[in-house]
Amino acid sequence: MTKFLGINHLNASYGDIQALWGVSLKVDEGEIVALIGPNGAGKTTLLRTVAGLHQPLSGTVQLGNTALHTLPAYRIVEQGVILVPEGRRLFGGLTVLENLELGAYSQRARDARFKTLKHVFELFPILAERQKQRANTMSGGQQQMLAIGRALMGLPRLLMLDEPSLGLAPMIVQNIFEIVKLMNDRGVTIFLVEQNARQALELAHRAYILEQGKVVGTGTGRELLRNNEVRKAYLGFAPTAR
Amino acid sequence: MSIESIAQTLVFGLFVGGIYGIAAMGLALVFGVLKMLNIAHGELVMLGGYVSFWAFSTLGIDPFVSLAIVIPVLFVVGLALDRTVYRHIVRLLGEEKIKNSLLVSFGLTLVLQNLAQWLFTADERAIQVSYAGVGLNLFGVTMPYTRLGTLSIALVVTLALNYFLHHTYPGKAILATAEDFEAAELAGINIHRVYMMTFALGASLASIAGTFVTVTYGISPSVGILWTLKALIVIVLAGTGSILGAFPAGILLGVVEAVSGAFIGATYREVVGLVIFLLVLILRPQGLFARS
Repeated sequence: MTKFLGINHLNASYGDIQALWGVSLKVDEGEIVALIGPNGAGKTTLLRTVAGLHQPLSGTVQLGNTALHTLPAYRIVEQGVILVPEGRRLFGGLTVLENLELGAYSQRARDARFKTLKHVFELFPILAERQKQRANTMSGGQQQMLAIGRALMGLPRLLMLDEPSLGLAPMIVQNIFEIVKLMNDRGVTIFLVEQNARQALELAHRAYILEQGKVVGTGTGRELLRNNEVRKAYLGFAPTAR
Repeated sequence: MSIESIAQTLVFGLFVGGIYGIAAMGLALVFGVLKMLNIAHGELVMLGGYVSFWAFSTLGIDPFVSLAIVIPVLFVVGLALDRTVYRHIVRLLGEEKIKNSLLVSFGLTLVLQNLAQWLFTADERAIQVSYAGVGLNLFGVTMPYTRLGTLSIALVVTLALNYFLHHTYPGKAILATAEDFEAAELAGINIHRVYMMTFALGASLASIAGTFVTVTYGISPSVGILWTLKALIVIVLAGTGSILGAFPAGILLGVVEAVSGAFIGATYREVVGLVIFLLVLILRPQGLFARS
């Protein structure tokens, strides 16, 4: 495995408060890496900084040999680094199809958009059925599928998901995690932020724990699932089922 | 009042409304995408009117043909204003952005007005084309060719804008940025480019309205504020998120003004427009044509 995404000594602020304190982590090509931690730990800030929506105070974000932290957000998308933001952030007044087309805005993705659209419709048949419908008239689960579909239209090499299970029914969460796994099998590297720690750790190859803006732990998904402190803090004391 | 004169009033309301609609669509576009109120929009109408006037009086170019010059000239003016002035404001957030956009664009209003007065003098200018005063007469209703020209071009421009926004990638990028600028960035859209093009497009729409004003009424350096006000009323009628809704709302305002002018008296024409503006704000603040 080659080093793919490298975050080095990243400091970033959220408003007047410093949210990230010297965060370093890496995601290798082909991995699923989860980032777990309590609310306000800086998980979202970290993803937003990688995506270029946030300027770091210091530190670097490297993708291979490209310094992502020097690029504006739209250039980062051109590199194939795509974020499905927290709360989905769809273009609510536009149709499902328009949302998907916009996902393929960058030139690289635009040239392949008809082919990609077919794939997305295969993954999410509901989106094909509802393509003329306005995005904000769909259910939460369908909206999350559209948000992921829109990101896939951009031909991600690294797909970052911020709390994809938030507010969704368990069955739909299951479905979405399956799609994430499937995308990973097809070669997309995944960087996942989740409050649903158990499912995230079961899915992920490796994970990092972020608390108060600092990486306080890391390991493989299985290791962390067995770790007593992790179980106490994030898995609600429950004994692991296996 | 005879049927003919009522019909005549409605038709003239329609003609005026077409100009309101075009002027308002430009303001609505800039407001919807850049999220700032450009008080100087009327001054762009005024500048467009002058370009058309000078093209006619020095080169003898028909005002409808001169749109081919007027639109690109104001597009470039729009680009320049965005690069020098507005791009600094568009980056601000929330209240700071609203306050600063009002202050700066009001300042720009004064600058452009005085610039126009210095360059063109305060004289009122109008275009008298050879076919002025000639028109169709249908069932006793007069439709001057100049007015028919402005209304048809206004319709074509509205349809073209609708096509551009909904069926081309740059147009969809504008709609996406209007909906959620961060989500647009995450889709790979260069939003600062979108802001620049949108502002220039808004200035181009203003220039079309300006040409119509010059043909229909005549212009002077001080007409801008009136057109900003009309456009503002229209975008509140339409609903502040609705770009294309500004056109029917403009037509509505034109017709309402014309009818109230005929029935209540010309002095109260403007008042009725403002009363409707208040009623819409109170009863249907999301606007008449906005989707919930």
